[in-house]
Amino acid sequence: MTRAYDEMIGTDGRARPHYRAYSDWLLARGVEQLPAKSAEADALFHRFGITFAVYGQAEGTERLIPFDVVPRVLPAAEWSLLAAGLKQRVSALNAFIADVYDGQDILRAGRIPAEQVLGNSQYRPEVAGIAVPGRIYAHIAGIDVIRGDDGRFLVLEDNLRVPSGVSYMLENRRMMMRLFPELFARCQVAPVEHYPEGLLANLTSVAPRGVDHPSVVLLTPGAYNSAYFEHAFLAQQMGIELVEGQDLFVRDEIVYMRTTRGPQRVDVIYRRIDDDFLDPQVFRSDSTLGVPGLMQACRAGTVTIANAVGTGIADDKSIYPYVPEMIRFYLGQEPLIDNVPTRVLRNPDDLAYTLAHLDELVVKEVHGAGGYGMLIGPMATREEIESFRARILANPSGYIAQPTLALSVCPTLVQAGLAPRHIDLRPFVLSGREITIVPGGLTRVALREGSLVVNSSQGGGTKDTWVLEPDGTKPRAPETDDA
Amino acid sequence: MLSRTADHLYWMARYLERAETVARALEAEQQLSMLPRPAEAAIRSRRATLVALGAHEDYDERSPDAADDVLEFLAFGREYAGSIVACISQARENARAVRGAVASEAWETINAAWLEMRALERRKGVERARLLFELVRTRAHTIRGVTVVAMLRDEAFHFMRMGTFLERADGTARLLDARSASGAAGEHGSDPHEWTVLLRTLSAFEAYRRLFREAVTPQRVAEMFILRPDVPRSLRRCLIEVRENLRAVSNSASAETERRVGSLQAQLQFGLPAELTAAQLPAYLTDKVEQLARIGAGIARDFLVPADPPPPRPVKPVAEGAQQQ
Repeated sequence: MTRAYDEMIGTDGRARPHYRAYSDWLLARGVEQLPAKSAEADALFHRFGITFAVYGQAEGTERLIPFDVVPRVLPAAEWSLLAAGLKQRVSALNAFIADVYDGQDILRAGRIPAEQVLGNSQYRPEVAGIAVPGRIYAHIAGIDVIRGDDGRFLVLEDNLRVPSGVSYMLENRRMMMRLFPELFARCQVAPVEHYPEGLLANLTSVAPRGVDHPSVVLLTPGAYNSAYFEHAFLAQQMGIELVEGQDLFVRDEIVYMRTTRGPQRVDVIYRRIDDDFLDPQVFRSDSTLGVPGLMQACRAGTVTIANAVGTGIADDKSIYPYVPEMIRFYLGQEPLIDNVPTRVLRNPDDLAYTLAHLDELVVKEVHGAGGYGMLIGPMATREEIESFRARILANPSGYIAQPTLALSVCPTLVQAGLAPRHIDLRPFVLSGREITIVPGGLTRVALREGSLVVNSSQGGGTKDTWVLEPDGTKPRAPETDDA
Repeated sequence: MLSRTADHLYWMARYLERAETVARALEAEQQLSMLPRPAEAAIRSRRATLVALGAHEDYDERSPDAADDVLEFLAFGREYAGSIVACISQARENARAVRGAVASEAWETINAAWLEMRALERRKGVERARLLFELVRTRAHTIRGVTVVAMLRDEAFHFMRMGTFLERADGTARLLDARSASGAAGEHGSDPHEWTVLLRTLSAFEAYRRLFREAVTPQRVAEMFILRPDVPRSLRRCLIEVRENLRAVSNSASAETERRVGSLQAQLQFGLPAELTAAQLPAYLTDKVEQLARIGAGIARDFLVPADPPPPRPVKPVAEGAQQQ
């Protein structure tokens, strides 16, 4: 593992140009002011109820996702390259999903082994042949990108089912503007607050044909879900109803919600429930979160479900290695952002190499999520490596392996002051009649020293992400009292 | 609006109002405990409050080694669903479930009240009860203020107001009942101090002076809190509000509930102070509490989620106090 790329400080030991305005401000104001700001942020997040309940703990225990007050800054030029690469990738992913469920050209062309797709637990034969508006399946995608030690962006993972975290992108920005208004006067940060508007426009654009003023709802598993805050927040910001499964019913292949004035028709469902729980008549029959008959309505074309059922086939870790191939196949282009080099352990050569280098590699379970089911070789003990080796040998095709990447680091406020911590970035890509991306995304940070795991379930925190406006690298003329 | 959303809003408002009723009842008890009264009068009065709030059964059934402390039980008792802390928690849970449907500031205010309450729960010492009552009172004012100022006059607003006024009518009836039962059980009839304290805890002592300019009598206080349309906590005022808000959300199923509200409002509008003598008052109030409970059931059936709504507090057995005479 080589030395990590530092987001703020260049190899010459000076702040990189796009961080200069921030670092000047920080030097003038002093790092000592930050802990008080951080405490203020925590108190405000508690008051706003931007928390989630922790189960198995004392009644009333609610937790915050840790928020770091030092922003992650990206210059305009880097962002536009990244955004172009993300659009390219998501449009290929959507083409792939549409093809899998209707046509399967890519399988016939032999570019992806058919059994990798058709034998995958994420493949949903139940939705094959359903006409999906605009052939868009992943309306909302969260693409996790990292920066390698050479400073290049790489895609680590695609999240195409029910990606979450966008509310933190919005709330982190709101918090930063509240804590540090003077910084926003100095640095020209591209706004993100219009995301809900864009999301609603996107959802409206994929309504069933012939519906002029679609009724859009957000379907949540309920107030005890850890992402409930986000569901309520987005519904409120879009001005749409936040519904639970029990609020909806299907009659004659049409979805209705129960209101105080009787049933009202629903045209688009932005669902934040996994496929498995959506319709007990088709998927898990013990699900009480879903709506019986929903898939029938979907098949009849009276309702659009976003994201569509079955997108999991494209964000499975065993399919990930083929995304560059999808870009070539459907778009006839070379990928603008690369994958992390990945070995697929169902291939004997890759398996042999991996088993010989377990102490250097990251090995991931293909269906794992949230940073679980993962071996980070350089950090693991001998026993952990040997027990993982046994798991791999028992089922090689359940694993992929990647080099241990030195995720880039960004200064982060810790007990002792500022210290570098590893980060990633999840931008949110909206696909409807067109593809749009709000500049920025959610930066996640591994708060433990040396840790590469940024997931909030494993002690990760978040940062505000600043994409500077094209002329935003140069600081504005400083205010007179600031020097 | 979604029936489930309406249900949460309605119960959020009811639980907030209920917390305030209990806080005011306990403030009254606290002030009464400072009067030079015989010990049995204090016990009788606390018992009357328990019964009027419908909490006596839970109190008697609590674990045998629990402290004999009515105030602690009604204020901080986590095991009792009608305690102040339980009501605030319920209000907050309901608000959280529909945080997108209320103004952000209203949610933040309710959440702040809950956070402050949690801090008080962890605190020790005699001070904390008084601080809790103050918290409930001031936060209730703020929440109502935010609601009225920041919310659209849409269904969400009407369901909240309906919950508030239905619960307030119920609370006023129960607080009156506590005093009338406590007095009826005494040897020398009603203690005028108890009624003065009640007026003060309902923020109505000054209003009483302006309306009547005479000594505080139980019948006058009852007249004030039952029949007068200009007294903000009176049954009659509350029913006017319930009726207006119900009319605003009226649907094809709600005719019978509207009739019941109209009927109760008419009884209050055309009622006579002479019906409110010390002997008649307990039965009169029990009847009103029962009518309010039927209206509540009607609203739940016509608009809200049919599946198991929170159980209503038990209606007290007819004049339990009177039977001890």
